[in-house]
Amino acid sequence: MRVQRPTLAVWKFASCDGCQLTLLDCEDALLALADTIRIAHFPEASSARVEGPWDLSLVEGSITTPEDAERIREIRRASRHLVTIGACATSGGIQALRNFADVEAFTRQVYARPDWIQTLATSDPIAAHVPVDFELRGCPIDKGQLLEVINAFLYGRRPQIPASSVCEECKRAGHVCVMVAHGTPCLGPVTQAGCGALCPGCHRGCYGCFGPKETPNAPALSAQLAQLGMDQGQLLRVYRTFNANANPFREESLRHESDPDH
Amino acid sequence: MSQTRTIEVNALARVEGEGALYVRTEGEQVAEVKLKIYEPPRFFEGFLIGRDFREAPDITARICGICPVAYQMGASQAMEQVCGVTLDPALEDLRRLIYCGEWIESHGLHVFMLHLPDFLGYPDGITMARDHPELVRNALRIKKIGNALMRLVGGREVHPVNLKVGGFYRAPTQAEVAALREDLAWGLEASAEALDFLAGLEFPDFEMDYEFVSLVHPDEYPILHGRLGSSSGIDAPVEDYDRIFTETHVIHSNALHSHLSDSGRPACLGPMARFALNRDRLTPRAAALAEKAGLGAVCRNPFKSILVRMVEIAFAFEEALRLVDAYQAPSRPAVDMTPRAGTGYGATEAPRGICYHRYTLDEAGIIRDAKIVAPTSVNQPSIEADLHGFVQAHLDLPDDQLRHRCEQAIRNYDPCISCATHFLDLTVERG
Repeated sequence: MRVQRPTLAVWKFASCDGCQLTLLDCEDALLALADTIRIAHFPEASSARVEGPWDLSLVEGSITTPEDAERIREIRRASRHLVTIGACATSGGIQALRNFADVEAFTRQVYARPDWIQTLATSDPIAAHVPVDFELRGCPIDKGQLLEVINAFLYGRRPQIPASSVCEECKRAGHVCVMVAHGTPCLGPVTQAGCGALCPGCHRGCYGCFGPKETPNAPALSAQLAQLGMDQGQLLRVYRTFNANANPFREESLRHESDPDH
Repeated sequence: MSQTRTIEVNALARVEGEGALYVRTEGEQVAEVKLKIYEPPRFFEGFLIGRDFREAPDITARICGICPVAYQMGASQAMEQVCGVTLDPALEDLRRLIYCGEWIESHGLHVFMLHLPDFLGYPDGITMARDHPELVRNALRIKKIGNALMRLVGGREVHPVNLKVGGFYRAPTQAEVAALREDLAWGLEASAEALDFLAGLEFPDFEMDYEFVSLVHPDEYPILHGRLGSSSGIDAPVEDYDRIFTETHVIHSNALHSHLSDSGRPACLGPMARFALNRDRLTPRAAALAEKAGLGAVCRNPFKSILVRMVEIAFAFEEALRLVDAYQAPSRPAVDMTPRAGTGYGATEAPRGICYHRYTLDEAGIIRDAKIVAPTSVNQPSIEADLHGFVQAHLDLPDDQLRHRCEQAIRNYDPCISCATHFLDLTVERG
């Protein structure tokens, strides 16, 4: 029956490799997974390559060059299902900070010969270029959620990935609310669950690495954060990290940009 | 008559990030070697400007999903230097403990899943598992224990959340730390067994006259601290890094190249360099294992770097055991930080070698200048020199074999291209 195993391809665009690594970090499930699906294209892990089309493509990273904008279209054409993994592929990632700045100035700062560097003015999520079947959040993604998504596509069902807030899983984990009890600024109320409320578990406020939850009320949270002592510059920066380009975070950071103190 | 021959690999496999190789020979001479780095740049130094100094560890972690701790630590050290803060010894020990986890996890991935398949003739670790199930199962468990250590101290394996400038958000309890002991003890024994197996592999007969550079510390095998040392006698504080190394931008790489400023030679960073310059300070069991594996005082065969990495995995287990046994929860999880203006430097031994950071802050603690040099960036010219030397000595090999050996020669370095562009494909052209 081996010949009938569905095929999996893993692709990389601008990224840190951490989300692909999460697949290899499924140490206990990795060999079983490889029995269930055929890993057809995964350059970071294997020099063997099976030509497409592929049943499931997992895409890490954001689109930042003209070549990559073309490459993702080819991958989409050859993939039955395409799932983005992580904040870069889903929102543009930390490198989308360029979307708020002058990318030429960045190039000049890092490289002696900016004219040798080919790059787009923005770092885009994959969905800005091709249709995406599911977007898995996180910087990095969560192992359990990754296996859930792979399983769901293997069996033809929707992935069971909640779009609720970090607060909900924080309560379920039994953590004391760091914002209410200790006055620690926390993005938990506006951030999508999935990490297991790791930061509050470390007595730290959530820093939003899973991106905005469904229908977040970021302005209300910002008012609370301001009461806790955050100034406009801090309010701008707190939304402008790994999911800076994800819309509710983007809008909220822009709202604090006009402040003359900044 | 002069005949042109090219060997190319357009997308290197089993490396972290995107690169290619191009080699061209003219008659009996290697004419050109390029390790091409086309991974798109992400401009970290650019967008660090204007951020608060406390944000640097979380932002720089995102340079690399495989060695985030190296970035978090280097950034933290630099900020602490600017602020004039020294960490409590207990917090330094906790940093060394999580760094042992990163060495185990990163070296474990490379030795077994990326490098070993070359020696045994498999495309990957998963296929290798069909014929060597116990080897791969143990390898995955070694890696898993490294990750468990990262999770315990850092809260998460990839991009740990619990590290900050000044220390940690929360220190683990004694009971949580002690719970890892059994796995670490198993890991040390499993590493010894694995090293026995690896020592029996066949290695190409090939040596290079490297200039090794690593941190050197009088009392310990270097991870977090030390002076810059080299096989030609460099002995300088980390603050001299920018004087010792010169970075240049070459057209075939989105990762800046580095050379030693005085000689113009490439430097070799990483496990072989650390081993050559610090062998006497390995933990006792790791030193005995290195001896048993036939590693002399220095290893100049890059294909044998797999042995040195395995010795370092054993070292990291042994060192983690020592730290776990001595662990008492620190009196505070972090030292308070008050920003001040100035320039600070940080350098630690990432799994692939020295990872250097320099930041300038204003009086409010806002970052005004940043420079980060990943070890793979420095190793690029050394990789190219290896390829040049190897191809020149093996021109008799047919193209496909030569191409495979060239890919292996690159993987010898465990290059992390994502790090270096913040930074591989192979082409051999024969003429």
